[in-house]
Amino acid sequence: MKKRLWRIIIGAVLFTTALIIGNKGAGLNYALFLLSYIIVGYDVLLQAVKNILHGNVFDENFLMSIASIGAFAIGEHPEGVAVMLFYQIGELFQSYAVNQSRKSIASLMDIRPDYANVKRGNSLIQVDPDEVQIGDIIVIKAGEKVPLDGLVMEGSSMIDTSALTGESVPREVVAGDNLLSGCININGLITVEVIKEFGESTVSKILDLVENASSKKSKSEQFITRFARYYTPIVVIIAVLLALIPPLVIDGAEFKDWIYRALSFLVVSCPCALVISVPLSFFGGIGGASKKGILVKGGNYLEVLAQTETIVFDKTGTLTKGVFEVQKITSVGISEEELLEISAYAEYYSSHPISNSIKRAYKGDIDSNRISKVDEIPGHGVEAIIDGKQILAGNSKLMDRMEIPYKPEELAGTTVYVAVGGRYVGSILIADEIKSDSLEAIKGLKGSGISNTVMLTGDNKGAGMAVAKELGISKVYTDLLPADKVDKIEELFEEKSDKGKLAFVGDGINDAPVLARADVGIAMGGLGSDAAIEAADIVIMDDKPSKITTAIKIAKKTLGIAYQNIVFAIGVKVIVLILSGLGFATMWAAVFADVGVTVIAILNSFRALKVKDL
Amino acid sequence: MVVNMKKVFRLEGLGCANCAAKMEMKIGELDGVDSVSVNFITTKLVIEAEDDKMDSIIKSAEKIIRKIEPDTKLKKA
Repeated sequence: MKKRLWRIIIGAVLFTTALIIGNKGAGLNYALFLLSYIIVGYDVLLQAVKNILHGNVFDENFLMSIASIGAFAIGEHPEGVAVMLFYQIGELFQSYAVNQSRKSIASLMDIRPDYANVKRGNSLIQVDPDEVQIGDIIVIKAGEKVPLDGLVMEGSSMIDTSALTGESVPREVVAGDNLLSGCININGLITVEVIKEFGESTVSKILDLVENASSKKSKSEQFITRFARYYTPIVVIIAVLLALIPPLVIDGAEFKDWIYRALSFLVVSCPCALVISVPLSFFGGIGGASKKGILVKGGNYLEVLAQTETIVFDKTGTLTKGVFEVQKITSVGISEEELLEISAYAEYYSSHPISNSIKRAYKGDIDSNRISKVDEIPGHGVEAIIDGKQILAGNSKLMDRMEIPYKPEELAGTTVYVAVGGRYVGSILIADEIKSDSLEAIKGLKGSGISNTVMLTGDNKGAGMAVAKELGISKVYTDLLPADKVDKIEELFEEKSDKGKLAFVGDGINDAPVLARADVGIAMGGLGSDAAIEAADIVIMDDKPSKITTAIKIAKKTLGIAYQNIVFAIGVKVIVLILSGLGFATMWAAVFADVGVTVIAILNSFRALKVKDL
Repeated sequence: MVVNMKKVFRLEGLGCANCAAKMEMKIGELDGVDSVSVNFITTKLVIEAEDDKMDSIIKSAEKIIRKIEPDTKLKKA
């Protein structure tokens, strides 16, 4: 690249000298033009010859060679050199731009860990992450990347997850926590048991995804390559006709004049500006999104996302945390603490999610000696003897069955009613919690052109409606089995307009068929969930629903840039073609139409990478 | 039964976007190729083709690539 730059500089100096000398020293002037031409363009000429031998006629080297040689032949030396000089400048710039974007992908790849410190006996050995087995114990020092997914056994530290999630606030891990590969250990020393092989670890999955993104081409990319395939031959044929026919049929038309116009055509006929600018925009968009912790599996999905009109959410785990917590304790005749304690003891041996949340809410230790007898009554609850007293804890059916008068609660969620010795003592409400940014997410979506927000849930009507009402979601379907969700999606497909697209957002747990059926499937909380990464088209690495708005904004911006590039590149080329065909535009304008447009389109597509303010 | 397999290559020295498009089209026309994608920016070539024809497809692909851009080399990724 440096060599090319020097050739351009030397060529440019010789070229300007020749222009300054002008026609005064005819011989010297000609020699300087020729010399700079050869210095700047010899490789293009050589390549053109090689390509012709291989049977490739319409490639850019050939077109530029013919155009510049032609210009020399009709005595337009400056134009001949200029074509080659500016073509080379354009190429230089283009390869710089391409390298720049290749580097930005390389920086995304920077999360690849180079080694793992494996504990063997009493010593630590540095090995390739690929060689580490499940169950091996690894040590991660401050500043090192987490090489494989694992479980923290000893130590605590702050972990930088920004490479995976785009989240800049570090997270604290302590013994017992899950640790994902690709994060960076900021300060502490931690000992970790490996739970996944390298190939199955999060970092490998993400690298694979980023590298293979954009292998699915968007419609605009397909359009532009198809356009280029016809564009070049057609323009070349017109150029040939332009050189031959008018001089023969129009009185007084000169060959030289029309050949000049034809040569301008050849310069403009290069398809490169078009072909490079559109994929570069999409690539920028995909790269920008991944900086925000949003993985997009291909340019086509950005395109669909930008046209989305209906967004369907799964409730649990997507809009809500998917973790059931005690929300409200209503005690009758005893204190709230006592009620919680009694319930925690009664539920001690149960592993039902509801029991677990009650036990979590009760912070104290449980002395199992106080529990003498526990019976689970399936579908109802538990009956236990604690401190010699009979405790009943369960749903309303249990209370009815035991004929205990109680006060029914009409709240969203699951209510556990508790009775001691046949007397009702109160109820505990357990419900899923709405994520802190869900409301912001729904508002943001409405502001960015989404006309229809829908929520699907397997929960009962009360729970579903309450969440939907709080978030301002326009439509809710409740009591759905996983299979019903696909049917509902089909119904929604019928309702939406033909052009608008439908996106589904889920957490990847038992909604894979729906993710696949939607125009674009978005999985939330992709971190650590293989199912989600595989089934979805777009993966949001942390579990913030507001990232969906960000993704749509990025998609719209990217698509806008791609369209601008298409219109701009084709527009300028067509205008210059018409003008030079009519004899109004010089070859200089043609060179600009080729090189200038390429450079501007590339610069424009760089904007897609910038996602800071979105 | 026809078994499809996927191979990934790196195209070293891939310098022009239009050439990448041409390679993609030409390789896609080969017998037995199910899908092919050349990513100009990551310089990756992904070929999905019938298992038993893969070897000959790779050879033909190498020829196509050399013809379109002589400086580009096909490397195993």
